Amino acid sequence: MNDGWRWLTDGAHWHGPDGIPVRLAEHLGYTLAVLLVAVLVGLPLGLLLAHSGRRTAFAVINVANGFRALPTLGLLVLFFLLSAGSALAALIPLVALAIPPVLVNTYEGVRQVDPRVRDAALGMGMTGRQVLLKVELPIAVPLVMTGVRTAAVQVVATATVAAYINLGGLGGYLMDGILLRQYGTAVGGSVLVVLLAVAVQILFTSTGRLLTPRGLRPEPNNRKETPG
Amino acid sequence: MNEDEPLVRWDWIHDHYGLFGELTVEHLKLSLLPVLLGLLISVPLGVLCARWRLLYAPVLTAVNILYALPSLALFLVLLDYTGLSIWTVVIPLTLYTLAVLVPNVVDGLRQVPETTRQAATALGYTPLRRLIAVELPIAVPVVIAGLRVATVSNISLVSVGALVGIGGLGSLFKTGFTLQFTTPVLAGIVLTIALAVLFDLALVLLQRLLTPWSPR
Repeated sequence: MNDGWRWLTDGAHWHGPDGIPVRLAEHLGYTLAVLLVAVLVGLPLGLLLAHSGRRTAFAVINVANGFRALPTLGLLVLFFLLSAGSALAALIPLVALAIPPVLVNTYEGVRQVDPRVRDAALGMGMTGRQVLLKVELPIAVPLVMTGVRTAAVQVVATATVAAYINLGGLGGYLMDGILLRQYGTAVGGSVLVVLLAVAVQILFTSTGRLLTPRGLRPEPNNRKETPG
Repeated sequence: MNEDEPLVRWDWIHDHYGLFGELTVEHLKLSLLPVLLGLLISVPLGVLCARWRLLYAPVLTAVNILYALPSLALFLVLLDYTGLSIWTVVIPLTLYTLAVLVPNVVDGLRQVPETTRQAATALGYTPLRRLIAVELPIAVPVVIAGLRVATVSNISLVSVGALVGIGGLGSLFKTGFTLQFTTPVLAGIVLTIALAVLFDLALVLLQRLLTPWSPR
């Protein structure tokens, strides 16, 4: 652990093309790009599934959950070898692993909307699209954001592992440390990755709270609107 | 990768059955021991959290943060203390298991209907006996749902341990990367998925045996 702190507090590691700020920016860049694609695919697909037949939804949700069983490292190496050694190929498994949490949570979020609320919206004369965008999606926000948070945290971790196939980012320090047997580098890099993951977790938790419609936020002295 | 390299070299697979066996056993030890330890810790912890709401909020925050920590980073930090023993991988995976199971134990216990609880009390059950004979059995489906998630994700996560030298089937991915051929990588992926599916099914079966009253 001490070697790690020594490495972290060494000013030389905070400058230059291999410095911590550059690696951190790389890591954040990959994370954001992958997350963006995952949301752009997972969110609409989840909304669509919530409005399709039970059987299709059941199948897709199970496949999405099954993605949990895929070993990240194996996929990364496989895509790397199949793409003739392109580190960017790593982004494909990263996206593939980030879509399921977004998709499944969006689906569950829309599914759990009280049918009476949906009926009320339709009764007020809302069109299907208005019901989706003004009623179902806002009510689903807490769960959707949980999915996005899960995906984000997972991408930060997986991007770290992806340094094994030379993707760069903060994981590069971990790999250098392992390969060169420099424990300080490995632990210093690990501490940075842990801090980044915690920061991402906190950022998305608070964003999720902010995006949740006021009526749905749990208040300490919130009086219950409906009995039960 | 070589142009004329086939996707799968079957002769390589035939030559390494023994290796697959050893790695599979190691993989199971590394992924299932944390599930067991996680269950042993999270049931009492969940029972306490379900009783005292004030305890639950900080515990939930703690396990959520634990769950966010990247496995590779945890393995590396532990390496200095636990070395190349299985604990380097088992401890972080146990923490992830806790993060999944504790909320499920709490939710499972909280969904026990108040009327059921009162009926048990009226029948003369002491609180401890009521917990063991009534509340925990009702919570079983939710707890097993958590066990399934934890087991499957542990089985896939163990592979990352290969990067620090303790990774069961994950070492096949390193072999594939070093020798630049896909056969061991595919073998590793297929075996990992097979283990995950097998143990997921086993848990579904276990749930049916433990809760014969639940609808099929």
